[in-house]
Amino acid sequence: MAKLKYYQAFNRALREEMARDENVIVLGEDVGESGGIFAQTRGLHAEFGGLRVRDTPIAENGFVSAAVGAAMTGLRPVVEIGFEDFLTCCMDPLVNQAAKLRYMLGGQVTVPLTVYTFGSGGVNAGPQHSQSLGAWFAQVPGLKVVAPSTPRDTLGLFKSAIRDDNPVICLFAKRLIGSSGAVPEEGEDFTLPIGRAEVRREGNDVTIVAISTMVRAALVAAEDLAEQHGIEAEVIDVMSLSPLDAETVIASVKRSGKLAIVHEAHAPCGIGAEVIARVSEQAYGALKAPPLRITPPFAPSPFAPVLEKAYLPDAARICSEIQGKLSDGL
Amino acid sequence: MSKLTVEAARTMHRNMCRIRYFEEAASAKYKDGDLPGFIHLSIGQEACAAGVCATLKASDYITSTHRGHGHCLAKGGDAKRMMAELFAKQAGYSQGRGGSMHIADVSVGMLGANGIVGQSMPLGVGAALTAQVKDSGAVAVAFFGEGASGAGVAHEAMNMAALWRLPLVFFCEVNRYAELSPYETHVPLANVADRAPAYDMPGVTIDGGDAVAVFETMTEAVVRARGGQGPTLLEAKTYRWHGHYEGDPQRYKPEGETEAEMARDPICRLETVLNGSFGVDKAAIETVHRKEKAVIAAAVAFAEEADDPTPDGLTANVYAEGVGV
Repeated sequence: MAKLKYYQAFNRALREEMARDENVIVLGEDVGESGGIFAQTRGLHAEFGGLRVRDTPIAENGFVSAAVGAAMTGLRPVVEIGFEDFLTCCMDPLVNQAAKLRYMLGGQVTVPLTVYTFGSGGVNAGPQHSQSLGAWFAQVPGLKVVAPSTPRDTLGLFKSAIRDDNPVICLFAKRLIGSSGAVPEEGEDFTLPIGRAEVRREGNDVTIVAISTMVRAALVAAEDLAEQHGIEAEVIDVMSLSPLDAETVIASVKRSGKLAIVHEAHAPCGIGAEVIARVSEQAYGALKAPPLRITPPFAPSPFAPVLEKAYLPDAARICSEIQGKLSDGL
Repeated sequence: MSKLTVEAARTMHRNMCRIRYFEEAASAKYKDGDLPGFIHLSIGQEACAAGVCATLKASDYITSTHRGHGHCLAKGGDAKRMMAELFAKQAGYSQGRGGSMHIADVSVGMLGANGIVGQSMPLGVGAALTAQVKDSGAVAVAFFGEGASGAGVAHEAMNMAALWRLPLVFFCEVNRYAELSPYETHVPLANVADRAPAYDMPGVTIDGGDAVAVFETMTEAVVRARGGQGPTLLEAKTYRWHGHYEGDPQRYKPEGETEAEMARDPICRLETVLNGSFGVDKAAIETVHRKEKAVIAAAVAFAEEADDPTPDGLTANVYAEGVGV
């Protein structure tokens, strides 16, 4: 296994797919010679040229829609939206166009579009640069949504997204950009299936479902729960928000009987709510305690570091909430 | 100016008649309660669709608006499958999933009517981007109306197309009303095409009721696009004889305006040219009308007899299966 940082895994995935298929193009603000704010597209312009790696004006509505038009006519565009918050500037091409064109046109087209963006908080970026909006898109038929938490998953899921014949929104996390992890060796064509969760830590006492940045926090919390309270938590990284792998969660809850979901997005109508709904529908009798959602308060993400630290869930909060609310009988 | 041939003039005339009879049939069937939903008709605007598409190849692309029946027919769409879609039947182009507002035949380069005003422009940018990246030689035409010209995405699309010198023509059909609002209430300039210099591209305003003018101006824009010289903004001043939607009482139109425009019927104007410049006699012109009426009557009969879609297909084509590469 090689070791790569998150942004390097991202870059490798894109480079491999561009080399593999000449129909793959990259569009977005600063994706060209500059290589991007996080060095995520560094070297691609030099290797594949300006025709396929194209800087755009700051016009998300326009260039995402253009990418939809290109996807309908034979290209496989990969589009960068720098910050996840800016997805709000291209809701029409994503929700009304990309998601529906195949359906509306009776299957006459495919829309193999990949939109990737950097979201989540933890870098003091304030209310308009810290959001986690994945659940919005998980409510739209026709779209797929993934949120990888490790360099390996970034490599595997991003490559699968680019190869998928459907529009896929890839939610990367700013805070994870510099994190390192093991990945398959260069030269190995590594992909991961969209729509499958993975168990990151096994345990039979409580099931913790986590998304993106919260996976690491959940794993740290699980170790603390084991050491301090003798509670063995199973940690599941959902990886794909749509389609959602409820089966992996349900199988775990059937053993543990206790469920906590932790994500940076707000609780109402979120992925946590959906996970609880699926478990309630399909494994109601397995629950031994009310399910628990661990999320930020229903407020925008604050700028002040001291406030943002209090706002975002972390390992200590996950540990104490589970110990306090789900430990009966353990 | 590029010269119009008799073949091209006849093609335009046939398509204009086909569009007229298609739209009239749709209007009548809508009035009878046979067509669900909303329909937006292009009667009076036929010279635009027919003139533009007569300059294109089957491998070229068009993107269209909510008022897209004429564009689809002129690009080579099948009247039967279109009418079946308006009737919400399984035999329709979209198996009854899209309806009038999403009429499309991708096999002839018609990428779809679209229900979101303005989006035909960046979608057209995308089709032109494909042509440029693949070096296919194709061009794209983005139809839009003056109502879309005030949308932010119109600027974004024209800016990108000019910046990247894409093989694209922006074709604005100014039919005088954006939904229920007259041109003057939402466009500050006399001509939409006057905006073209801001994007460093040519802008031309023409009489959209004159099929010959549409054909000749479009021909030059297409040559320019195909030659790698970038996009053009064409504006055709036309007129919508019917309302924004069928059933629209059109109280916003001044008295006598529609009648005055109907007296300048674009089909009659092209017939004058066919007869005067190309020697096509009245009998030949009448034959076209008779044939196209029959084409549309057959389309209506086909649509009326076609089966309804069945609910077991409610989730069909939401996702493409598997991966494409």
